[in-house]
Amino acid sequence: MQLKGNMQGADYIITVDRISKYFGEKAVLMDVNLNIRKGEFVTILGPSGCGKTTLLRLIAGFQTPTEGVIRIAGKDITQTPPHKRPVNTVFQKYALFPHLNVYNNIAFGLKLKKMPGAMMEKKVKQALKTVGMTDYEYRDVDSLSGGQQQRVAIARAIVNEPEVLLLDEPLAALDLKMRKDMQMELKEMHRSLGITFVYVTHDQEEALTLSDRIVVMSEGRIQQIGTPPDIYNEPVNSFVADFIGESNILNGIMIKDKQVMFAGHEFECVDEGFGEMTPVDVVIRPEDLYIFDSSDAAQLTGTVTSCIFKGVHYEMMVDTPNGYEFLVQDYHSFGVGKTVGLLVKPFDIHVMKKERLTNTFDGKMIDETHVEFLGYTFECPAIPDSQAGEEVTVMVDFHDIILQDNTEDGMISGEVKFILYKGDHYHLTVYTDWEEDLFVDTSDVWDDGDTVGITIPADKIRVVKKSS
Amino acid sequence: MFEKITIFLSRRRNWVIPYALFLFLFVVVPLFLIAWYGFADAEGHFTLENFQRFMQHPEALNTFIYSVGIAIITTLACILLGYPAAWILSQKRFNTSRTLVVLFILPMWINILIRTLATVALFDFMHLPLGEGALIFGMIYNFLPFMIYPIYNTLLKMDQNLIEAAQDLGANPFQVFTKTILPLSMPGVTSGIMMVFMPTISTFAIAELLTMNNIKLFGTTIQENINNGLWNYGAALSLIMLLLIGITGLVNGDGSKTSNDGGGLI
Repeated sequence: MQLKGNMQGADYIITVDRISKYFGEKAVLMDVNLNIRKGEFVTILGPSGCGKTTLLRLIAGFQTPTEGVIRIAGKDITQTPPHKRPVNTVFQKYALFPHLNVYNNIAFGLKLKKMPGAMMEKKVKQALKTVGMTDYEYRDVDSLSGGQQQRVAIARAIVNEPEVLLLDEPLAALDLKMRKDMQMELKEMHRSLGITFVYVTHDQEEALTLSDRIVVMSEGRIQQIGTPPDIYNEPVNSFVADFIGESNILNGIMIKDKQVMFAGHEFECVDEGFGEMTPVDVVIRPEDLYIFDSSDAAQLTGTVTSCIFKGVHYEMMVDTPNGYEFLVQDYHSFGVGKTVGLLVKPFDIHVMKKERLTNTFDGKMIDETHVEFLGYTFECPAIPDSQAGEEVTVMVDFHDIILQDNTEDGMISGEVKFILYKGDHYHLTVYTDWEEDLFVDTSDVWDDGDTVGITIPADKIRVVKKSS
Repeated sequence: MFEKITIFLSRRRNWVIPYALFLFLFVVVPLFLIAWYGFADAEGHFTLENFQRFMQHPEALNTFIYSVGIAIITTLACILLGYPAAWILSQKRFNTSRTLVVLFILPMWINILIRTLATVALFDFMHLPLGEGALIFGMIYNFLPFMIYPIYNTLLKMDQNLIEAAQDLGANPFQVFTKTILPLSMPGVTSGIMMVFMPTISTFAIAELLTMNNIKLFGTTIQENINNGLWNYGAALSLIMLLLIGITGLVNGDGSKTSNDGGGLI
């Protein structure tokens, strides 16, 4: 429903319709669709570089999309300059005018609208009261603390009574305590003002606390849109599951409906419709794993390898004998070295379709035993009857790719971009210099941003002719 | 002994001594001497006669007023020409490299006398008369880079978020300029004024060369008096000029702050 907005335009204050944005060759946003209802608190959540700020800047008008249309209140504003849009922005670094005092900062927008003095004064005072900064009118903005500056920045935006308030990581520069207080105040402001808030953050907890709906983004695409409980309980893919909250993500096989196998055991679950013997991703939240002294009730047994007190609960790592690692949260602590039993209830097992099963590339035959893909000529098993220059599909399994510390040792090189722990191995996304992603399963520990050499053994390359 | 020297050198405040000595010998003492000569007659007795002579002497007073006028014209012209130039240089869409900036600043690397002599040659070549017009042209030509650079620096360092904030609050491009860019670049303009107005009052080489000694500026008057052995009168005139420069500094507001924000030349 929320993906097809044009017809229901009247219900939506903001409609983002098939937006793409390129900076030169690089795509920052790809085919983004988003509809925001009037009065909603929507959070755009994602890691840095996912395009969330760009999306906000497109709505504010500081940038124009390469493709697509943005509507506010039903009006196409894709090419409208920022000063003519009915939105106001709260910037991450406040962006208060240093040459103006608090009063004149807040009155900036009203003065441009040529509002009469008495009315303006009343509005500025009201805005200051809303953000809890009464009596600060004539202070120099430089003399205010970070939290106070952010309050003034919010007052400066809301005093204009915009249809939509855009907030670009407004609390990122504040300390934890102040951030928590401001979160509550923002929520209260949203309730009392009744205007639409579009909030950008990389902090999943903030997103879960504040929002009516969350838009999870990664790599310039929207991964999932939903209410905080939906996003938390029903992540659509392993990225969302990993990014929102803590989770155990494992490779599994859906044996048949309501029957899934992972970590070497079969479990009853509630998911169906995946088919038989289908590889899937399984997500179990750490608080959904029951931990107790080893007994017959246990579905899995294991040894506690670490136990940390987290304030309300304990966080424990449990290793199973067949090499899987589980993160468990419980109010009771189990000491390191203790043998424990684990149990998970059927409806707490979340099964997701695998996004991909193997690496697939478009390649070109060089001769019978060489194929070119990822910008490099690889040796491959002999392909009889192949023509030089023939277009083929190349497949390489995740665990067949070798990563090396030294880029010179590899055939090609790339950068580790995303790491997902799958219980007994890591699933890495490596961005190759050929600007294509490569997915690798490995037991070695790599860091985000590591530059690696990549080697693919000849016998692990599967070449499939396109015609066949 | 060696140990004592080591301790002496390791105290950082001791490093100030050579500079303090230099300042004392070449700045404080000469200033004191100027003040001393200014308030003394040829025999070294205290007198205000030198200042009375300046007030009663229409020629010196007129030269003074004329010099201030030329300095104001030069400064204003430098602002009007320099500000747009600095703005264009600071915009990425017009200027992608720093080469253009260097080209604008390049004249500052060449000695003022050489530049002025070249200007004279240029006027000769183009058969333009030397005189007041040539004087103002020469002044602007010589001092324009000193106006452009500080303004360029403040514009370059300006927080782009502030410009976006102004747009966001409803300012059209003209209002963005008048309400944010211009007021925020004032420290640069102030620095520019200090660097153009002050030297133009006291310069005399440009006036001598570009008007063939027909127009006298205040700097020339001081130089002539001192050359002719009238040390006391010359010193008094210098004091008057210093006073004026001091006033400009004050009018430009809290100088300490502006010189920091303005990002001077070095």
